[in-house]
Amino acid sequence: MKTGAKILIESLQREGVETLFGYPGGVVLPIYDELFDSPLNHILVRHEQAAAHAADGYARASGKVGVCLATSGPGACNLVTGIATAYMDSIPVVALTGQVPTSLLGNDAFQESDITGITLPVTKHNYLVKRTEDLGHVVKEAFYISNTGRKGPVLIDLPKDVSTKEIEYEFPENDELVLRGYQPTYRGHARQIEKALELIALAERPLIYAGGGVISSDASRELVQFAEMLQIPVTTTLMGLGAIPCDHPLNLGMLGMHGTQYANYAVTECDLLFSVGVRFDDRVTGKIETFASRAQVIHVDIDPAEIGKNKKVDVPIVGDAKGVLADMCARIQKKAGYQNWISRINSWKQKYPMRFREDGHLRPQMIIRELSDLLAGEGIVVSEVGQNQMWTAQYFCFKKPRTWITSGGLGTMGYGFPAAMGAHFARPDQPVFDIAGDGSFQMNIQELGTVSHNRIPVKVAVLNNMFLGMVRQWQELFHNRRYSFTELPPVDFVKIANAYGVDGMRVDSPDQVREALKTAIETEGPFVLDFRIEREENVFPMVPAGAAINEMIGGCQE
Amino acid sequence: MKPHTLSVLVENKAGVLSRVTGLFSRRGFNIESLAVGTCEEPGMSRITIVCIGDDAQIEQVMKQLNKLIEVIKVSDISDMDRVERELALIKVHAEPGSGRAEVMQIATIFRAQIIDVGTKTVVLSVAGDTEKIDALETLLRQYGVKEFIRTGKIALLRGSKTVKSSK
Ligand SMILES: Cc1ncc(C[n+]2csc(CCOP(=O)(O)OP(=O)(O)O)c2C)c(N)n1
Repeated sequence: MKTGAKILIESLQREGVETLFGYPGGVVLPIYDELFDSPLNHILVRHEQAAAHAADGYARASGKVGVCLATSGPGACNLVTGIATAYMDSIPVVALTGQVPTSLLGNDAFQESDITGITLPVTKHNYLVKRTEDLGHVVKEAFYISNTGRKGPVLIDLPKDVSTKEIEYEFPENDELVLRGYQPTYRGHARQIEKALELIALAERPLIYAGGGVISSDASRELVQFAEMLQIPVTTTLMGLGAIPCDHPLNLGMLGMHGTQYANYAVTECDLLFSVGVRFDDRVTGKIETFASRAQVIHVDIDPAEIGKNKKVDVPIVGDAKGVLADMCARIQKKAGYQNWISRINSWKQKYPMRFREDGHLRPQMIIRELSDLLAGEGIVVSEVGQNQMWTAQYFCFKKPRTWITSGGLGTMGYGFPAAMGAHFARPDQPVFDIAGDGSFQMNIQELGTVSHNRIPVKVAVLNNMFLGMVRQWQELFHNRRYSFTELPPVDFVKIANAYGVDGMRVDSPDQVREALKTAIETEGPFVLDFRIEREENVFPMVPAGAAINEMIGGCQE
Repeated sequence: MKPHTLSVLVENKAGVLSRVTGLFSRRGFNIESLAVGTCEEPGMSRITIVCIGDDAQIEQVMKQLNKLIEVIKVSDISDMDRVERELALIKVHAEPGSGRAEVMQIATIFRAQIIDVGTKTVVLSVAGDTEKIDALETLLRQYGVKEFIRTGKIALLRGSKTVKSSK
């Protein structure tokens, strides 16, 4: 005989789960009791939102499904922001929530919430398990759905009686999943692939626009090979950073609102846009009518609903980025030459480089460049949301996929620190840095307790401008510098860290930066760096919302 | 922008309908009419949805519906040869001596059935395509429609063609 809780834990082990992040409560007590002597590594967070973000960070860094666990009602509701964050970035997460006993369902019982209803729009799928007999199969289905096709979060709601009930249960040898309504297409259509290659051969100014889909299908090797074989330049989205090494000669860096000038000019002038694993997000396209308006568009995506959603596409290819790119590489016959186009792009690169003022003030861009130098291609960098995120995207040199972790779609402040904890468990061999804003760090600062308690060696670099910086930047540019509720009083983050038993250091001038970063790296446990940066530094270049992406402000002028 | 009739085959599981309707509201699509019930396949239901939009919007609606795990098949049958029916119940003001006879006559012409007669009202039941029901409603308005309810459209392809699961 096995209880539901036991079946749950065994199911998780069968799925290869090693670590999960959670927070207990009344209705999940049977599960916690089972966890007590299970080999699973459970990390007690200080807020359920952090459990969801940590599971998400784990998934992004490892490519495996991240798992979080919360109690019913308030616990489950606290997961929602983290689930929505994973949903928007297509990250495989399985969220387990406790629920009141089935006999009380719908009665507004103590700590009841309709969490499957609440998460309907932000999960790929969700389950309310009503019979212990179904539990093993549901877990298997949930992991499968979460980490196949277009990936995403799946929630399983577990009423208390389902986890306490004892049944005779053997895991079936061959528990086949029959999901008639779920059959993702992995192989790209051969004729469409031919057509795409024909268009590329005819093009004079082709450009690859690659996104998070390339990272999640582990297709970066194929992407680089494809780009190199045809000598086509590549620009990536925020989510696609790391898909091609930052210093690759064909790489144009990020495009879009805070993209490089040369990437945005290239998109505007290209005559063929090869889009892969992207979704034509408005932060990328700016005014959609003018985005790549001279180009024929090829779009490769595993999710057919993404194709043609925002932008009309000439050649749709539904399929997995890795397989499609590999197929394409295999069929390339002769190398095309786009010498004129490449030299035009290179002249933009020279004329409009990414740059910032270096005048002895402590500027965030320089801190990130230093960190990038010091880590030299090693390590995982996570960010919060706001200016800190954009500066990191612009100035950190990402060389490998899954080394850059950020909330792109939802833009969730407070994401970075817990996601960094998750990333550590996925890659314990790697140093993990959370680049934070003072606003964002305070959204999940309680996790200092978690990193301290578990000696999780995550380093936080707070770019402390005592502002909600990105919002202040918009107020400066578009609201006449009326800084309505965006100033934050100074916080001594070192003292807060110390109170939790975490070491820290405050940095006020550029000449201290390198040493401070080194100290953080060399310190064994967690570490908090409080960088008192120039208060009104801005992220440039910038495309104002709704403008065309070649209409940037604050870039280099001729 | 014209009305499209979608036939959606779904697994008959708890919450499927709210997944489908939730998808419409969340993505800003409008439902004109919706009818749902069990169908020939055990464990399945068929939903008939009428929604208005241009071709790109309808394509997006169908793709998003297809993404739902429990949706087996989505077909736009608007341009296919099909039969359609809606059922309506209409409670009309019809007092003896003032219009009741006329209402009954109209009912006969429209092949509607009188399914209840009260002292001041009659209730008609009518099945047919949307236009027929609209026309009947317009005619009856002059007598005073006290309550009017319709099921939403259901539709099937003519002949041996079917909307079956092959997804
Ligand atoms: C949870 C949440 N609330 C509000 C916002 C809106 N928002 C975007 S950036 C930003 C300011 C971020 O400030 P900070 O973390 O200090 O970073 P900085 O921009 O100064 O680097 C805000 C409030 C958000 N993205 N997420």
